[in-house]
Amino acid sequence: MTAPLLEVESLDAGYGPTDVLHGVSFTVGEGGITTVLGANGAGKTTLLRAVCGLIRRRGRVRFGGAAIESKATEDIVRLGLAHVPDGRGTFVQLSAEENLRVGAITRRDRKGVAADMERMYGYFPRLRERRHQQAGTLSGGEQQMLAIARALMLRPRLLVLDEPSFGLAPLIVRDIFAIMRTVNREERVGILLVEQNAKLALELADTAYLLETGRVVTGGPAAQLRDDETIRRAYLGY
Amino acid sequence: MRMAGVIVTIAVLVALPFFISDYRTFQFTQAIVYAIVLLGLNLLTGYNGQISLGHGAFYAVGAYTAAILMEHFGVPYWATVPAAGLVCFGFGFLFGLPALRLHGHYLALATFALAVATPQVLKVKHLEAWTGGVQGIVIIKPDPPFGLPLSQDRWLYFFTLAVAMLLFLAAWNLVRGRAGRAMVALRDHPIAAEAMGVNGAMVKSTVFGISALYTGIGGALGAIAVQFVAPDSFGTFLSISFVVGIVVGGLATLSGAIWGALFIQFVPNVADQISKAAPWAIYGAVLLVFIYVAPGGVAYLLSRVWGKLRG
Amino acid sequence: MEAFLHQILSGLATGGIYAAIALSLVMIYQATHHINFAQGEMAMFSTYLAWMMIDAGLPYWVAFAGTVALSFVLGVLIERIVIRPVEHAPVLSVVIVFIALLVILNSLAGWIFSYTIKTFPSPFTWEGSQNGYLSPHELGTIGVTLLVLAALFLFFRFTSLGLAMRAAAQNPVSSRLAGIRVGWMLALGWGLAAAIGAIAGMMIAPVVYLDPNMMAGVMLYAFAAALLGGIDNPLGAVVGGFVVGVVENLAGAYVVGTELKLTVALALIIGVLVFRPTGLFGRRYVTRV
Ligand SMILES: Nc1ncnc2c1ncn2[C@@H]1O[C@H](COP(=O)(O)OP(=O)(O)OP(=O)(O)O)[C@@H](O)[C@H]1O
Ligand SMILES: [Mg+2]
Repeated sequence: MTAPLLEVESLDAGYGPTDVLHGVSFTVGEGGITTVLGANGAGKTTLLRAVCGLIRRRGRVRFGGAAIESKATEDIVRLGLAHVPDGRGTFVQLSAEENLRVGAITRRDRKGVAADMERMYGYFPRLRERRHQQAGTLSGGEQQMLAIARALMLRPRLLVLDEPSFGLAPLIVRDIFAIMRTVNREERVGILLVEQNAKLALELADTAYLLETGRVVTGGPAAQLRDDETIRRAYLGY
Repeated sequence: MRMAGVIVTIAVLVALPFFISDYRTFQFTQAIVYAIVLLGLNLLTGYNGQISLGHGAFYAVGAYTAAILMEHFGVPYWATVPAAGLVCFGFGFLFGLPALRLHGHYLALATFALAVATPQVLKVKHLEAWTGGVQGIVIIKPDPPFGLPLSQDRWLYFFTLAVAMLLFLAAWNLVRGRAGRAMVALRDHPIAAEAMGVNGAMVKSTVFGISALYTGIGGALGAIAVQFVAPDSFGTFLSISFVVGIVVGGLATLSGAIWGALFIQFVPNVADQISKAAPWAIYGAVLLVFIYVAPGGVAYLLSRVWGKLRG
Repeated sequence: MEAFLHQILSGLATGGIYAAIALSLVMIYQATHHINFAQGEMAMFSTYLAWMMIDAGLPYWVAFAGTVALSFVLGVLIERIVIRPVEHAPVLSVVIVFIALLVILNSLAGWIFSYTIKTFPSPFTWEGSQNGYLSPHELGTIGVTLLVLAALFLFFRFTSLGLAMRAAAQNPVSSRLAGIRVGWMLALGWGLAAAIGAIAGMMIAPVVYLDPNMMAGVMLYAFAAALLGGIDNPLGAVVGGFVVGVVENLAGAYVVGTELKLTVALALIIGVLVFRPTGLFGRRYVTRV
């Protein structure tokens, strides 16, 4: 196997003086999809924030071969890591289209940006209809689509998603998962996915980890977790 | 131990005028006046978290109340002091009502505007008969009573000191009691405080009133000490120097009022000799230093030193 | 009637200056939610820089451009050095830092340039236009304000940097996740504010003359203008500036007389804050818990 796209080793992280994560290790393969599952409050959001450098952290994080554990968020993002944050992170006073432009703000290839904008409207026709509307007035689902589209506008090598299905109708969830599969297959974008819907996530991912109170309790090929009765019963509840 | 400190301080303050000239005594009187003002401002800003950049306005109201009462109504100087306090309490309370709806920067802005506009209001033609317009009012320095063998300056010093001690005692009682806890709670956790039954509106506007009362009494005593009131001595920079005083002395401390007052009274005197601009340059620099390095002010620094000494 | 019209028009001219300073207040408020009490003194200091350049023999417009550029750099530096350390501090600390900045700039100007009042030239002095309602300088001031507003509009609307600044002001975390260097965007906001303030200073100095305290009154009107228009709304601030300018002039001429004009500003400020905290065109609630 080649070197992984994202490699996290003994990561501690937290807010203020207290640590939430304790020695977390995991990887996302080049062009792979990894999912992190866990109960509410397990530290999944915290983990994604720590990877992106939004909070205090200690440990080793390598992205595309470069050490990023002491880099600033903006620099990590510029290396090609896009993050769809918990709560969508919409720029509520900008128009939908301006939100997409912000996603691509570090890019210099105007033509490529314009083409990607079209591609996003292809993925999410709803957004095209609402492109000039103030983003804060979009519905929750539309804002979630906008957040994903905004992240993709970066043309990332790794897409980090925090509960992308949150608050969405099942049909739209299906669409979004299909889109993730497409960008992963066609553009070899690696995906790190945190998701409440464990069943869907395990179907999509190749690798899965289970987080419990800030520690990885088990991890391995997604199929393995999917098939393990005891894990399913105890942790995943389906 | 604290008690001993207080007694020593009082003893020093009482003995002080007998060892220095009349002019120096006058300067210390002024410093005590500032200490009263800073005490009042600190109740509002330090303890209650309401920022005021406009206390010069209340100081002016106090000063003018005293001057007008003496000049036009022949009221004896000592009686103008409580009168000024009451008038300012009213003004402060009234100003505090709309201020209730303002937080942080907005209250700072409203009070800043008050500070900037004050001299102009004092110059208004319609009030000139009372205020003396741009010229202001000259006040006659009071003689000591009962034929006490004291100079006018020393007498005024003791008179001011006595008022100040009373006001310190009152402030001390206020902040360590229920009201004080309510003030601090409203500053730190406004929503929780209200939920626990603190009447935020009442407490905050009353504190505004009390703060103005202290400042007004300071203004009256200050006017008597300098024997003069005029609009241009109550500009923006007076208000700002009060803010400097509480930051230097220490926010939300009582003893800080003394250090802050000594600072704003004596540092400009020294700095003036370098250049007209120097005192304010120093004020600005000192403000930055305190905010960045020692947000607790002198009172906090001293308590740390004291703690170290005791081990 | 003619006098009335004249009052309105010259109110628009001073209003242009209030508008410019209000605009610079909005720049900083949008980026950081701070009201910069030192804005007036920054403008005053910039105007002294312009005076220095003109005094050294530079042509007016060269000095003008130089001052705007230099003020921009100074604004950025002030944010990086003075404001940065209190970025997350309580409001009181921030307010005190602004006050410190105010007195330092004021005394520095007094120290370097002395407190004696200086005249400052107006670039708008063509002949033969004295007979209209507006003096050339008043006309020029209005023109400059509108130009500044248009330039800002184009900048924020159509450039990437403008978009990045708007994004950073609205949602710093999301902006960082898009790769925007938020800290620098705030500093740029300060730079812009300082540059706009410099322009306002150079426009008002021929009228009120140059001295370290020249901005005290002007600032009060600018605050009123910014609040009236909604302190997070650039267009509102400009409209507010013109409205305040006209109201000030009319009130001064017909209602309270010149000696109470500042009180009008005070009343406006408190009135707006209490009764309409979002201003006439404001979008968000100003008071946030
Ligand atoms: N900003 C914060 N400050 C302090 N503690 C926080 C903060 N955010 C989260 N925590 C704490 O960190 C722990 C992990 O929270 P986190 O948000 O990472 O959980 P999660 O696994 O994403 O949960 P959920 O499934 O509900 O989104 C929780 O105990 C939470 O209280
Ligand atoms: Mg979460």
